[in-house]
Amino acid sequence: MHYDQQHLPPALQILVGIIAFSGAIGYLILMIRTNRVRRLKHWPGRRLFFWLSGTLSAMLVFIGPFAEAAHHDFRIHMAGHLLLGMLAPLLIALSAPVTLLLRALPVPAARRLTKALRHPIARFYRNPVTASVLNIGGLWLLYATPLFQLMHHHLWLYLLIHVHVFAAGYLFTISMLYIDPAPHRCSYVFRTIVFICALAAHGILSKSIYADLLPGFPPDQVREGAMLMYYGGDLVDLVIIILLFHGWYRDTAPRHSYQKIESS
Amino acid sequence: MTLSQDHKYSHRKKNLWAGILFGLGFVAFIDETIFHQLLHWHKFYDRSTTSAGLISDGLFHAFSWFATVGGLYLVADLMRRRAFWHKMFWGGKLLGGGGFQLYDGTIQHKLMRLHQIRYHVDILPYDLIWNITAVIMIIAGLLLIRSARNDSIRANGGETLAL
Repeated sequence: MHYDQQHLPPALQILVGIIAFSGAIGYLILMIRTNRVRRLKHWPGRRLFFWLSGTLSAMLVFIGPFAEAAHHDFRIHMAGHLLLGMLAPLLIALSAPVTLLLRALPVPAARRLTKALRHPIARFYRNPVTASVLNIGGLWLLYATPLFQLMHHHLWLYLLIHVHVFAAGYLFTISMLYIDPAPHRCSYVFRTIVFICALAAHGILSKSIYADLLPGFPPDQVREGAMLMYYGGDLVDLVIIILLFHGWYRDTAPRHSYQKIESS
Repeated sequence: MTLSQDHKYSHRKKNLWAGILFGLGFVAFIDETIFHQLLHWHKFYDRSTTSAGLISDGLFHAFSWFATVGGLYLVADLMRRRAFWHKMFWGGKLLGGGGFQLYDGTIQHKLMRLHQIRYHVDILPYDLIWNITAVIMIIAGLLLIRSARNDSIRANGGETLAL
């Protein structure tokens, strides 16, 4: 298998860099500006760290030596997908960008934004089932059809798929974890069940890739890439599971302290 | 009867399920770390795997993560309610762990041919030890659960309680 497309054209690499850089600066400015407003709570610095590391992991996939190597080596391609589709979305979700934006926007604009978030379309996309189908279903389409081969011959397809991988990963993360305002909430049980199915589908796809998908690539590379997908996916999803269950644990806290009862 | 016992006996099912979930997750975790990663006995993928096997493996693997984390959060919840019950938890843990090991050793390894315990050896002793251990765990778990239930009946003045 050879690749026509060596890597992203330099102009596009620069564009991605500019987007990421302005995102970082923008976040920092909003954070500093809203921290000056006295009635608002102090914005935690760790969220800035989440935002910066999230943008950095997404950017890595498009720019520089890593991006170039991903075109030749399936293992690095897969590592890139873990960064772009799982780690970056989780970090960015943890940085609560919508909350920051709502703090910074003037009231009428903030109202319009919350109204948009409550819109039925937003509700549809944020449903864990929709988000999981877009996320894992998209991966099945990519690896179980000729799409993966086609991607390396058409730049627009390459861009579309990569944007989709990130967007679907982000959508999936925020459909499970409500860090930013989430108007239409699903129960913990429902989210857990959908999540189990999504993680299972991810694991099954990894093993299918290992078994016999992607013919024409060096088999050892494909196998190692598939195992990376399997275990890397486990690792990132484990973090989401812990955060999900931590929220559940917090929300079901008993109303009174048991310590007080026993000592009285 | 002390108050802490009262808490514990009013959370029988939660203690049992915390144990079952954690036991299942724990055995799956041991399976992954020891037999896949450290010993390299199990294979990541075996050509003879049926598609049902692939699906079953995927579901159980995913579920085991949730079971481990969820089981531990249930324990944390029982602790903060002063209702953690060691005997019931251990009963559930042995039952859940043994149940999963038996399923893995019979249905997944043999019927769905996911992978074998070890390759290039006479597999029979491995299979026997694997599954007999599982059955012993299940029996010990059930005995512990029964004994824990009897404790709670005694503590409640001989009244039979539905578990």
